[in-house]
Amino acid sequence: MMNYSSRPPEEPAVHAQDLTVVRGPRTVLRSLDFTVPRGRITGLLGPSGCGKSTLMRAVVGTQAKVTGTLEVLGSPAGHPTLRTRIGYVTQAPSVYDDLTVRQNLHYFAAILDPGRAAADRRHENVTRAIADVDLTTHADALAGTLSGGQRSRVSLAVALLGTPELLVLDEPTVGLDPVLRRDLWQLFHTIAAERGATLLVSSHVMDEAERCHRLLLMRAGEILADGTPDALRTRTGTGTVEDAFLHLVDEATAAGRTQETAKETTR
Amino acid sequence: MSTTHPTTAAPTATAAPAPPRALNLSRTTATAARVLRQLRHDPRTIALMVLIPCVMLLLLRYVFDGSARVFDTIGASLLGIFPLITMFLVTSIATLRERTSGTLERLLAMPLGKGDLIAGYALAFGALAIVQSVLATGLAVWFLGLDVTGSPWLLLLVALLDALLGTALGLFVSAFAASEFQAVQFMPAVIFPQLLLCGLFTPRPNMHPVLEAISDALPMSYAVDGMNEVLRHTDMTAAFVRDVLIVAGCALLVLTLGAATLKRRTP
Ligand SMILES: Nc1ncnc2c1ncn2[C@@H]1O[C@H](COP(=O)(O)OP(=O)(O)OP(=O)(O)O)[C@@H](O)[C@H]1O
Ligand SMILES: [Mg+2]
Repeated sequence: MMNYSSRPPEEPAVHAQDLTVVRGPRTVLRSLDFTVPRGRITGLLGPSGCGKSTLMRAVVGTQAKVTGTLEVLGSPAGHPTLRTRIGYVTQAPSVYDDLTVRQNLHYFAAILDPGRAAADRRHENVTRAIADVDLTTHADALAGTLSGGQRSRVSLAVALLGTPELLVLDEPTVGLDPVLRRDLWQLFHTIAAERGATLLVSSHVMDEAERCHRLLLMRAGEILADGTPDALRTRTGTGTVEDAFLHLVDEATAAGRTQETAKETTR
Repeated sequence: MSTTHPTTAAPTATAAPAPPRALNLSRTTATAARVLRQLRHDPRTIALMVLIPCVMLLLLRYVFDGSARVFDTIGASLLGIFPLITMFLVTSIATLRERTSGTLERLLAMPLGKGDLIAGYALAFGALAIVQSVLATGLAVWFLGLDVTGSPWLLLLVALLDALLGTALGLFVSAFAASEFQAVQFMPAVIFPQLLLCGLFTPRPNMHPVLEAISDALPMSYAVDGMNEVLRHTDMTAAFVRDVLIVAGCALLVLTLGAATLKRRTP
Protein backbone atom coordinates (compact mmCIF):
# COMPACT_ATOMS: atom_id res chain seq x y z
CA MET A 1 0.00 0.00 0.00
CA MET A 2 2.76 2.40 0.85
CA ASN A 3 5.79 3.52 -0.99
CA TYR A 4 8.72 3.36 1.39
CA SER A 5 11.32 4.07 -1.29
CA SER A 6 10.47 7.78 -1.13
CA ARG A 7 11.34 7.82 2.56
CA PRO A 8 14.16 10.26 3.33
CA PRO A 9 17.33 8.65 4.64
CA GLU A 10 17.08 10.28 8.10
CA GLU A 11 14.76 8.94 10.74
CA PRO A 12 11.19 10.18 10.26
CA ALA A 13 9.51 12.41 12.85
CA VAL A 14 6.69 9.92 13.29
CA HIS A 15 6.79 6.26 12.45
CA ALA A 16 3.72 4.10 12.93
CA GLN A 17 3.42 0.40 12.40
CA ASP A 18 0.28 -1.61 12.94
CA LEU A 19 -1.16 1.35 14.85
CA THR A 20 -4.59 0.49 16.21
CA VAL A 21 -6.79 2.60 18.47
CA VAL A 22 -9.99 1.54 20.19
CA ARG A 23 -12.38 4.22 21.48
CA GLY A 24 -15.36 2.94 23.40
CA PRO A 25 -16.78 -0.01 21.48
CA ARG A 26 -15.27 1.03 18.13
CA THR A 27 -11.93 0.34 16.54
CA VAL A 28 -11.27 3.84 15.27
CA LEU A 29 -7.84 3.30 13.69
CA ARG A 30 -7.15 -0.04 12.06
CA SER A 31 -3.59 -1.24 11.83
CA LEU A 32 -2.11 1.88 10.24
CA ASP A 33 1.41 2.03 8.82
CA PHE A 34 2.75 5.45 7.96
CA THR A 35 5.60 7.88 8.45
CA VAL A 36 5.76 11.63 8.78
CA PRO A 37 9.05 13.00 7.41
CA ARG A 38 11.04 15.58 9.34
CA GLY A 39 11.11 19.24 8.44
CA ARG A 40 8.07 18.99 6.18
CA ILE A 41 4.38 19.82 6.34
CA THR A 42 2.28 16.70 6.23
CA GLY A 43 -1.44 17.15 5.69
CA LEU A 44 -3.88 14.71 7.22
CA LEU A 45 -7.08 14.71 5.22
CA GLY A 46 -10.27 12.78 5.29
CA PRO A 47 -13.98 13.00 5.92
CA SER A 48 -15.48 13.83 9.29
CA GLY A 49 -15.20 10.98 11.77
CA CYS A 50 -12.49 9.10 9.88
CA GLY A 51 -10.08 9.28 12.82
CA LYS A 52 -7.86 12.30 12.16
CA SER A 53 -8.13 13.69 15.67
CA THR A 54 -7.68 10.24 17.14
CA LEU A 55 -4.47 9.74 15.17
CA MET A 56 -3.16 13.11 16.33
CA ARG A 57 -4.02 12.37 19.95
CA ALA A 58 -2.13 9.09 19.66
CA VAL A 59 0.92 10.93 18.31
CA VAL A 60 0.80 13.50 21.10
CA GLY A 61 0.29 10.78 23.70
CA THR A 62 -3.11 11.75 25.07
CA GLN A 63 -5.04 8.84 23.55
CA ALA A 64 -5.65 5.71 25.60
CA LYS A 65 -5.88 2.17 24.19
CA VAL A 66 -3.21 2.58 21.54
CA THR A 67 -1.58 -0.61 20.33
CA GLY A 68 1.15 -1.26 17.81
CA THR A 69 4.33 0.74 17.36
CA LEU A 70 4.31 4.50 17.39
CA GLU A 71 7.65 6.27 17.46
CA VAL A 72 7.68 10.05 17.74
CA LEU A 73 10.98 11.95 17.41
CA GLY A 74 12.82 8.75 18.25
CA SER A 75 10.88 7.90 21.43
CA PRO A 76 7.66 5.99 22.02
CA ALA A 77 4.67 8.33 21.75
CA GLY A 78 3.71 9.86 25.08
CA HIS A 79 7.25 9.66 26.46
CA PRO A 80 7.73 12.39 29.11
CA THR A 81 10.73 13.92 27.30
CA LEU A 82 8.52 14.58 24.28
CA ARG A 83 6.30 16.97 26.17
CA THR A 84 8.57 19.96 25.61
CA ARG A 85 9.31 18.98 22.03
CA ILE A 86 5.76 18.79 20.68
CA GLY A 87 3.29 21.63 20.19
CA TYR A 88 -0.32 20.49 20.04
CA VAL A 89 -3.51 22.32 19.11
CA THR A 90 -6.70 20.46 19.92
CA GLN A 91 -9.62 20.69 17.51
CA ALA A 92 -11.83 22.58 19.96
CA PRO A 93 -10.00 25.67 21.21
CA SER A 94 -8.60 24.86 24.64
CA VAL A 95 -7.97 28.12 26.44
CA TYR A 96 -9.27 29.71 29.62
CA ASP A 97 -12.30 31.83 28.78
CA ASP A 98 -11.97 33.85 31.97
CA LEU A 99 -8.43 35.01 31.21
CA THR A 100 -7.28 37.54 28.64
CA VAL A 101 -5.39 36.42 25.55
CA ARG A 102 -2.12 37.58 27.05
CA GLN A 103 -2.78 35.96 30.44
CA ASN A 104 -3.58 32.67 28.72
CA LEU A 105 -0.33 32.73 26.79
CA HIS A 106 1.71 33.83 29.79
CA TYR A 107 0.43 30.90 31.81
CA PHE A 108 1.19 28.30 29.17
CA ALA A 109 4.57 29.95 28.55
CA ALA A 110 5.34 29.63 32.26
CA ILE A 111 4.60 25.91 32.04
CA LEU A 112 6.82 25.40 28.99
CA ASP A 113 9.67 27.61 30.13
CA PRO A 114 9.40 28.10 33.90
CA GLY A 115 11.49 30.20 36.23
CA ARG A 116 12.10 33.85 36.86
CA ALA A 117 15.28 33.82 34.75
CA ALA A 118 13.21 33.08 31.65
CA ALA A 119 10.73 35.93 32.22
CA ASP A 120 12.11 38.16 29.45
CA ARG A 121 12.22 35.32 26.97
CA ARG A 122 8.67 34.38 27.85
CA HIS A 123 7.50 37.92 27.36
CA GLU A 124 9.11 38.01 23.92
CA ASN A 125 7.63 34.65 22.96
CA VAL A 126 4.16 35.68 24.07
CA THR A 127 4.28 38.94 22.15
CA ARG A 128 5.53 37.17 19.04
CA ALA A 129 2.93 34.41 19.23
CA ILE A 130 0.13 36.97 19.59
CA ALA A 131 1.45 38.83 16.56
CA ASP A 132 1.78 35.57 14.60
CA VAL A 133 -1.93 34.90 14.91
CA ASP A 134 -2.80 38.56 14.35
CA LEU A 135 -4.41 39.21 17.73
CA THR A 136 -2.23 42.09 18.92
CA THR A 137 -5.20 44.44 19.00
CA HIS A 138 -7.16 41.95 21.15
CA ALA A 139 -4.33 40.93 23.47
CA ASP A 140 -6.11 42.26 26.55
CA ALA A 141 -9.59 40.98 25.74
CA LEU A 142 -11.01 38.05 27.69
CA ALA A 143 -10.81 34.89 25.59
CA GLY A 144 -14.47 34.22 26.35
CA THR A 145 -15.48 37.45 24.62
CA LEU A 146 -13.68 36.67 21.37
CA SER A 147 -15.27 35.32 18.21
CA GLY A 148 -14.96 31.63 17.37
CA GLY A 149 -12.12 32.14 14.91
CA GLN A 150 -10.30 34.44 17.30
CA ARG A 151 -10.51 31.88 20.11
CA SER A 152 -9.10 29.16 17.90
CA ARG A 153 -6.26 31.52 17.04
CA VAL A 154 -5.48 31.95 20.74
CA SER A 155 -5.38 28.18 20.99
CA LEU A 156 -3.01 28.07 18.00
CA ALA A 157 -0.81 30.78 19.52
CA VAL A 158 -0.23 28.57 22.56
CA ALA A 159 1.30 25.91 20.33
CA LEU A 160 3.56 28.49 18.67
CA LEU A 161 4.99 29.61 22.02
CA GLY A 162 8.03 27.44 22.41
CA THR A 163 10.18 26.11 19.61
CA PRO A 164 8.67 22.66 19.24
CA GLU A 165 10.30 20.22 16.83
CA LEU A 166 6.92 18.74 15.97
CA LEU A 167 3.73 20.74 15.65
CA VAL A 168 0.50 18.75 15.66
CA LEU A 169 -2.31 21.02 14.54
CA ASP A 170 -5.87 19.70 14.49
CA GLU A 171 -7.81 21.80 11.97
CA PRO A 172 -6.02 25.03 12.88
CA THR A 173 -7.56 27.11 10.10
CA VAL A 174 -11.20 26.08 10.44
CA GLY A 175 -13.56 29.05 10.36
CA LEU A 176 -10.89 31.56 9.38
CA ASP A 177 -11.05 33.98 6.48
CA PRO A 178 -8.96 33.44 3.31
CA VAL A 179 -6.46 36.19 4.09
CA LEU A 180 -5.71 34.87 7.55
CA ARG A 181 -5.59 31.31 6.25
CA ARG A 182 -3.03 32.29 3.65
CA ASP A 183 -0.95 34.11 6.28
CA LEU A 184 -1.06 31.17 8.66
CA TRP A 185 -0.01 28.73 5.96
CA GLN A 186 2.86 31.08 5.14
CA LEU A 187 3.77 30.99 8.81
CA PHE A 188 3.65 27.18 8.82
CA HIS A 189 6.00 27.10 5.84
CA THR A 190 8.36 29.55 7.51
CA ILE A 191 8.40 27.42 10.66
CA ALA A 192 9.19 24.32 8.64
CA ALA A 193 11.85 26.01 6.50
CA GLU A 194 13.64 28.13 9.10
CA ARG A 195 13.41 25.95 12.17
CA GLY A 196 13.33 22.64 10.37
CA ALA A 197 10.24 21.80 12.40
CA THR A 198 7.85 19.06 11.35
CA LEU A 199 4.18 19.89 11.00
CA LEU A 200 1.28 17.48 11.00
CA VAL A 201 -1.83 19.44 10.04
CA SER A 202 -5.33 18.05 9.68
CA SER A 203 -7.94 19.66 7.51
CA HIS A 204 -11.24 19.13 5.80
CA VAL A 205 -10.50 21.77 3.25
CA MET A 206 -9.00 20.24 0.16
CA ASP A 207 -7.49 23.43 -1.24
CA GLU A 208 -5.29 23.50 1.86
CA ALA A 209 -3.99 20.13 0.82
CA GLU A 210 -2.23 21.76 -2.09
CA ARG A 211 -0.13 23.74 0.37
CA CYS A 212 1.28 20.63 2.08
CA HIS A 213 4.52 18.91 1.13
CA ARG A 214 2.99 15.54 1.72
CA LEU A 215 -0.48 14.15 2.28
CA LEU A 216 -2.00 11.31 4.21
CA LEU A 217 -5.51 10.64 2.94
CA MET A 218 -7.68 8.81 5.44
CA ARG A 219 -11.05 7.16 5.28
CA ALA A 220 -12.89 5.18 7.97
CA GLY A 221 -9.85 4.55 10.13
CA GLU A 222 -7.58 3.53 7.29
CA ILE A 223 -5.01 5.32 5.20
CA LEU A 224 -6.12 5.49 1.58
CA ALA A 225 -3.07 7.10 0.09
CA ASP A 226 0.22 8.68 1.06
CA GLY A 227 2.33 10.92 -1.14
CA THR A 228 2.97 14.41 -2.48
CA PRO A 229 -0.03 16.30 -3.87
CA ASP A 230 1.54 16.02 -7.34
CA ALA A 231 2.05 12.30 -7.05
CA LEU A 232 -1.56 11.80 -5.96
CA ARG A 233 -2.90 13.81 -8.86
CA THR A 234 -0.70 12.00 -11.34
CA ARG A 235 -1.52 8.58 -9.92
CA THR A 236 -5.25 9.17 -10.18
CA GLY A 237 -5.08 11.17 -13.40
CA THR A 238 -7.00 14.06 -11.84
CA GLY A 239 -6.49 17.82 -11.77
CA THR A 240 -6.92 18.61 -8.07
CA VAL A 241 -6.30 16.85 -4.79
CA GLU A 242 -10.02 16.98 -4.14
CA ASP A 243 -10.72 15.02 -7.31
CA ALA A 244 -7.90 12.65 -6.50
CA PHE A 245 -9.40 12.05 -3.06
CA LEU A 246 -12.90 11.47 -4.44
CA HIS A 247 -11.47 9.11 -7.02
CA LEU A 248 -9.65 7.12 -4.34
CA VAL A 249 -12.74 6.99 -2.11
CA ASP A 250 -14.86 5.68 -4.99
CA GLU A 251 -12.19 3.14 -5.79
CA ALA A 252 -12.05 1.96 -2.18
CA THR A 253 -15.84 1.80 -1.92
CA ALA A 254 -16.03 -0.22 -5.12
CA ALA A 255 -13.29 -2.56 -3.92
CA GLY A 256 -15.11 -3.00 -0.61
CA ARG A 257 -18.33 -3.81 -2.45
CA THR A 258 -16.77 -6.41 -4.70
CA GLN A 259 -15.13 -7.99 -1.65
CA GLU A 260 -18.49 -8.17 0.09
CA THR A 261 -20.26 -9.64 -2.90
CA ALA A 262 -17.42 -12.13 -3.19
CA LYS A 263 -18.04 -13.11 0.44
CA GLU A 264 -21.77 -13.34 -0.21
CA THR A 265 -21.31 -15.66 -3.17
CA THR A 266 -18.87 -17.95 -1.37
CA ARG A 267 -21.26 -18.26 1.55
CA MET B 1 -4.32 0.06 29.33
CA SER B 2 -3.90 -2.40 26.55
CA THR B 3 -0.49 -1.79 25.11
CA THR B 4 0.68 -5.04 23.64
CA HIS B 5 3.86 -4.19 21.84
CA PRO B 6 6.97 -3.51 23.89
CA THR B 7 7.99 -0.39 21.97
CA THR B 8 4.45 0.84 21.99
CA ALA B 9 3.36 4.24 23.18
CA ALA B 10 4.07 3.51 26.81
CA PRO B 11 1.54 5.36 28.92
CA THR B 12 3.51 5.18 32.13
CA ALA B 13 7.06 5.66 31.00
CA THR B 14 8.55 4.96 34.39
CA ALA B 15 11.70 3.39 33.03
CA ALA B 16 12.42 6.51 31.03
CA PRO B 17 15.12 9.06 31.77
CA ALA B 18 12.27 11.17 33.03
CA PRO B 19 12.42 14.95 33.24
CA PRO B 20 12.26 16.46 36.73
CA ARG B 21 9.31 14.66 38.28
CA ALA B 22 9.04 16.24 41.71
CA LEU B 23 7.16 19.44 42.33
CA ASN B 24 8.39 22.32 40.23
CA LEU B 25 7.96 25.44 42.29
CA SER B 26 7.68 27.89 39.38
CA ARG B 27 5.06 25.80 37.60
CA THR B 28 3.11 25.39 40.83
CA THR B 29 3.07 29.10 41.58
CA ALA B 30 2.28 29.92 37.95
CA THR B 31 -0.73 27.61 38.21
CA ALA B 32 -1.85 29.12 41.51
CA ALA B 33 -1.50 32.63 40.06
CA ARG B 34 -3.52 31.58 37.02
CA VAL B 35 -6.35 30.15 39.15
CA LEU B 36 -6.47 33.32 41.24
CA ARG B 37 -6.39 35.46 38.09
CA GLN B 38 -9.36 33.51 36.74
CA LEU B 39 -11.23 34.16 39.96
CA ARG B 40 -10.36 37.84 39.80
CA HIS B 41 -12.34 38.06 36.59
CA ASP B 42 -15.27 36.67 38.55
CA PRO B 43 -15.64 39.05 41.51
CA ARG B 44 -19.12 37.84 42.29
CA THR B 45 -17.89 34.36 43.18
CA ILE B 46 -15.23 35.82 45.45
CA ALA B 47 -17.77 38.06 47.14
CA LEU B 48 -20.13 35.13 47.70
CA MET B 49 -17.37 32.91 49.06
CA VAL B 50 -16.22 35.53 51.52
CA LEU B 51 -19.55 36.99 52.54
CA ILE B 52 -21.79 33.95 52.95
CA PRO B 53 -19.96 32.53 55.99
CA CYS B 54 -20.10 35.97 57.64
CA VAL B 55 -23.81 36.37 56.96
CA MET B 56 -24.53 32.86 58.24
CA LEU B 57 -22.61 33.49 61.45
CA LEU B 58 -24.43 36.76 61.94
CA LEU B 59 -27.75 35.01 61.43
CA LEU B 60 -26.82 32.24 63.81
CA ARG B 61 -25.76 34.67 66.50
CA TYR B 62 -29.25 36.13 66.64
CA VAL B 63 -31.05 32.82 66.11
CA PHE B 64 -29.45 31.72 69.38
CA ASP B 65 -29.80 35.13 70.92
CA GLY B 66 -30.81 33.79 74.30
CA SER B 67 -28.29 30.94 74.53
CA ALA B 68 -24.75 32.15 73.97
CA ARG B 69 -23.35 28.72 74.87
CA VAL B 70 -25.05 27.10 71.88
CA PHE B 71 -23.77 29.81 69.58
CA ASP B 72 -20.24 29.14 70.80
CA THR B 73 -20.38 25.43 69.91
CA ILE B 74 -22.21 25.74 66.62
CA GLY B 75 -20.31 28.88 65.61
CA ALA B 76 -16.94 27.25 66.18
CA SER B 77 -18.03 24.12 64.31
CA LEU B 78 -19.24 26.21 61.38
CA LEU B 79 -15.92 28.02 61.19
CA GLY B 80 -14.48 24.62 60.38
CA ILE B 81 -17.25 23.53 58.04
CA PHE B 82 -17.56 26.59 55.78
CA PRO B 83 -14.09 26.42 54.25
CA LEU B 84 -14.56 22.72 53.59
CA ILE B 85 -17.87 23.15 51.76
CA THR B 86 -16.90 26.25 49.76
CA MET B 87 -13.59 24.84 48.61
CA PHE B 88 -15.22 21.53 47.77
CA LEU B 89 -17.72 23.23 45.48
CA VAL B 90 -15.28 25.64 43.87
CA THR B 91 -12.65 22.99 43.24
CA SER B 92 -14.99 20.38 41.85
CA ILE B 93 -16.47 22.84 39.36
CA ALA B 94 -13.10 24.38 38.46
CA THR B 95 -11.52 20.99 37.82
CA LEU B 96 -14.52 19.80 35.86
CA ARG B 97 -14.31 22.89 33.68
CA GLU B 98 -10.63 22.24 33.18
CA ARG B 99 -11.47 18.73 32.02
CA THR B 100 -14.33 19.65 29.69
CA SER B 101 -12.68 22.72 28.14
CA GLY B 102 -9.73 20.67 26.94
CA THR B 103 -7.24 22.75 28.90
CA LEU B 104 -6.46 19.77 31.12
CA GLU B 105 -5.62 17.64 28.08
CA ARG B 106 -3.43 20.44 26.79
CA LEU B 107 -1.66 20.93 30.13
CA LEU B 108 -1.01 17.24 30.58
CA ALA B 109 0.50 17.10 27.07
CA MET B 110 2.89 19.81 28.28
CA PRO B 111 5.70 19.34 30.78
CA LEU B 112 3.42 20.00 33.75
CA GLY B 113 3.54 17.49 36.60
CA LYS B 114 0.23 16.38 38.04
CA GLY B 115 1.60 17.37 41.43
CA ASP B 116 2.28 20.89 40.14
CA LEU B 117 -1.30 21.24 38.98
CA ILE B 118 -2.81 19.95 42.20
CA ALA B 119 -0.44 21.92 44.42
CA GLY B 120 -1.23 25.00 42.36
CA TYR B 121 -4.94 24.58 42.96
CA ALA B 122 -4.40 23.84 46.65
CA LEU B 123 -2.22 26.94 46.99
CA ALA B 124 -4.72 29.24 45.27
CA PHE B 125 -7.76 27.99 47.14
CA GLY B 126 -5.75 27.83 50.37
CA ALA B 127 -5.01 31.54 50.00
CA LEU B 128 -8.67 32.23 49.39
CA ALA B 129 -9.61 30.12 52.40
CA ILE B 130 -7.30 32.20 54.58
CA VAL B 131 -9.11 35.38 53.53
CA GLN B 132 -12.48 33.73 54.10
CA SER B 133 -11.52 32.32 57.50
CA VAL B 134 -9.83 35.47 58.75
CA LEU B 135 -12.97 37.46 58.04
CA ALA B 136 -15.35 34.86 59.48
CA THR B 137 -13.24 34.16 62.56
CA GLY B 138 -12.62 37.85 63.13
CA LEU B 139 -16.30 38.63 62.88
CA ALA B 140 -17.29 35.78 65.18
CA VAL B 141 -14.67 36.42 67.85
CA TRP B 142 -14.60 40.22 67.97
CA PHE B 143 -18.05 41.30 66.94
CA LEU B 144 -20.40 38.44 67.70
CA GLY B 145 -18.85 37.53 71.02
CA LEU B 146 -17.86 33.95 70.20
CA ASP B 147 -16.18 32.83 73.39
CA VAL B 148 -12.96 31.02 72.45
CA THR B 149 -10.72 29.90 75.27
CA GLY B 150 -7.79 28.99 73.02
CA SER B 151 -5.98 31.03 70.42
CA PRO B 152 -7.92 32.23 67.38
CA TRP B 153 -4.79 31.35 65.35
CA LEU B 154 -5.50 27.71 66.05
CA LEU B 155 -9.04 28.19 64.74
CA LEU B 156 -7.47 29.60 61.59
CA LEU B 157 -5.10 26.65 61.29
CA VAL B 158 -7.97 24.16 61.46
CA ALA B 159 -9.97 26.24 58.98
CA LEU B 160 -7.04 26.19 56.54
CA LEU B 161 -6.67 22.43 56.83
CA ASP B 162 -10.41 22.06 56.29
CA ALA B 163 -10.14 24.14 53.14
CA LEU B 164 -7.36 21.87 51.95
CA LEU B 165 -9.54 18.85 52.67
CA GLY B 166 -12.41 20.46 50.73
CA THR B 167 -10.10 21.14 47.78
CA ALA B 168 -8.89 17.55 47.89
CA LEU B 169 -12.41 16.09 48.00
CA GLY B 170 -13.60 18.38 45.22
CA LEU B 171 -10.70 17.45 43.00
CA PHE B 172 -11.29 13.78 43.65
CA VAL B 173 -15.03 13.69 42.97
CA SER B 174 -14.75 15.85 39.86
CA ALA B 175 -13.16 12.85 38.18
CA PHE B 176 -16.46 11.02 38.56
CA ALA B 177 -18.66 13.84 37.35
CA ALA B 178 -19.37 14.11 33.66
CA SER B 179 -21.26 17.38 33.92
CA GLU B 180 -21.76 20.37 36.19
CA PHE B 181 -25.11 18.93 37.23
CA GLN B 182 -23.48 15.78 38.50
CA ALA B 183 -20.70 17.72 40.18
CA VAL B 184 -23.19 19.76 42.18
CA GLN B 185 -25.03 16.57 43.19
CA PHE B 186 -21.84 15.26 44.75
CA MET B 187 -22.16 17.96 47.34
CA PRO B 188 -25.19 16.36 49.09
CA ALA B 189 -23.63 12.95 48.53
CA VAL B 190 -20.22 13.70 50.00
CA ILE B 191 -20.82 16.61 52.33
CA PHE B 192 -24.28 16.13 53.85
CA PRO B 193 -23.63 12.80 55.57
CA GLN B 194 -20.51 14.27 57.10
CA LEU B 195 -22.45 17.33 58.16
CA LEU B 196 -25.08 15.20 59.91
CA LEU B 197 -22.55 12.99 61.64
CA CYS B 198 -19.81 15.48 62.52
CA GLY B 199 -21.29 16.46 65.86
CA LEU B 200 -22.80 19.73 64.77
CA PHE B 201 -26.36 18.75 65.65
CA THR B 202 -25.72 16.46 68.55
CA PRO B 203 -22.52 15.40 70.30
CA ARG B 204 -21.09 12.34 68.59
CA PRO B 205 -21.08 10.13 71.74
CA ASN B 206 -24.88 10.57 71.90
CA MET B 207 -25.41 8.99 68.48
CA HIS B 208 -26.39 5.41 67.80
CA PRO B 209 -23.17 3.35 68.15
CA VAL B 210 -23.22 2.45 64.45
CA LEU B 211 -23.49 6.08 63.41
CA GLU B 212 -20.85 7.03 65.93
CA ALA B 213 -18.52 4.47 64.40
CA ILE B 214 -19.22 5.87 60.94
CA SER B 215 -18.64 9.39 62.16
CA ASP B 216 -15.30 8.24 63.56
CA ALA B 217 -14.29 7.39 60.01
CA LEU B 218 -15.30 10.71 58.45
CA PRO B 219 -12.73 13.51 58.35
CA MET B 220 -15.18 16.36 58.98
CA SER B 221 -15.82 14.96 62.48
CA TYR B 222 -12.20 15.67 63.38
CA ALA B 223 -12.37 19.14 61.89
CA VAL B 224 -15.30 19.95 64.18
CA ASP B 225 -13.70 18.21 67.18
CA GLY B 226 -10.56 20.26 66.63
CA MET B 227 -12.52 23.49 66.58
CA ASN B 228 -14.25 22.55 69.81
CA GLU B 229 -10.94 21.73 71.48
CA VAL B 230 -9.74 25.27 70.74
CA LEU B 231 -13.03 26.58 72.05
CA ARG B 232 -12.62 24.91 75.44
CA HIS B 233 -8.90 24.72 76.19
CA THR B 234 -6.30 27.43 76.53
CA ASP B 235 -3.44 25.48 75.00
CA MET B 236 -2.96 22.80 72.38
CA THR B 237 -4.31 19.56 73.80
CA ALA B 238 -3.22 16.13 72.64
CA ALA B 239 -6.72 15.64 71.24
CA PHE B 240 -6.32 18.83 69.20
CA VAL B 241 -3.02 17.70 67.76
CA ARG B 242 -4.55 14.33 66.87
CA ASP B 243 -7.54 16.00 65.19
CA VAL B 244 -5.33 18.33 63.18
CA LEU B 245 -3.07 15.50 62.08
CA ILE B 246 -6.04 13.38 61.02
CA VAL B 247 -7.55 16.18 58.94
CA ALA B 248 -4.19 16.97 57.34
CA GLY B 249 -3.54 13.29 56.70
CA CYS B 250 -6.94 12.83 55.07
CA ALA B 251 -6.39 15.89 52.89
CA LEU B 252 -3.04 14.55 51.70
CA LEU B 253 -4.46 11.09 51.09
CA VAL B 254 -7.39 12.39 49.07
CA LEU B 255 -5.10 14.76 47.13
CA THR B 256 -2.98 11.78 46.18
CA LEU B 257 -6.07 9.87 45.10
CA GLY B 258 -7.12 12.98 43.14
CA ALA B 259 -3.75 13.04 41.40
CA ALA B 260 -4.32 9.45 40.35
CA THR B 261 -7.56 10.45 38.66
CA LEU B 262 -5.74 12.90 36.39
CA LYS B 263 -4.95 10.74 33.40
CA ARG B 264 -2.59 11.89 30.70
CA ARG B 265 -4.21 9.41 28.34
CA THR B 266 -7.97 9.48 28.02
CA PRO B 267 -10.33 7.31 25.95
N1 LIG C 1 -14.55 10.03 23.31
C1 LIG C 1 -14.92 9.14 22.38
N2 LIG C 1 -15.41 7.95 22.75
C2 LIG C 1 -15.76 7.04 21.85
N3 LIG C 1 -15.67 7.20 20.53
C3 LIG C 1 -15.19 8.36 20.08
C4 LIG C 1 -14.78 9.40 20.99
N4 LIG C 1 -14.34 10.43 20.26
C5 LIG C 1 -14.47 10.08 18.97
N5 LIG C 1 -14.96 8.84 18.85
C6 LIG C 1 -15.21 8.13 17.59
O1 LIG C 1 -14.00 7.99 16.91
C7 LIG C 1 -14.17 8.18 15.52
C8 LIG C 1 -13.10 9.11 15.01
O2 LIG C 1 -13.20 10.35 15.64
P1 LIG C 1 -12.22 11.54 15.33
O3 LIG C 1 -12.54 12.64 16.28
O4 LIG C 1 -10.82 11.02 15.34
O5 LIG C 1 -12.63 11.94 13.84
P2 LIG C 1 -12.08 13.13 12.93
O6 LIG C 1 -11.53 12.51 11.71
O7 LIG C 1 -11.18 14.00 13.70
O8 LIG C 1 -13.43 13.88 12.57
P3 LIG C 1 -13.66 15.46 12.32
O9 LIG C 1 -13.12 15.78 10.98
O10 LIG C 1 -15.14 15.58 12.36
O11 LIG C 1 -12.97 16.18 13.43
C9 LIG C 1 -15.58 8.72 15.33
O12 LIG C 1 -16.32 7.74 14.67
C10 LIG C 1 -16.12 8.95 16.71
O13 LIG C 1 -17.44 8.47 16.79
MG1 LIG D 1 -11.26 15.86 14.38
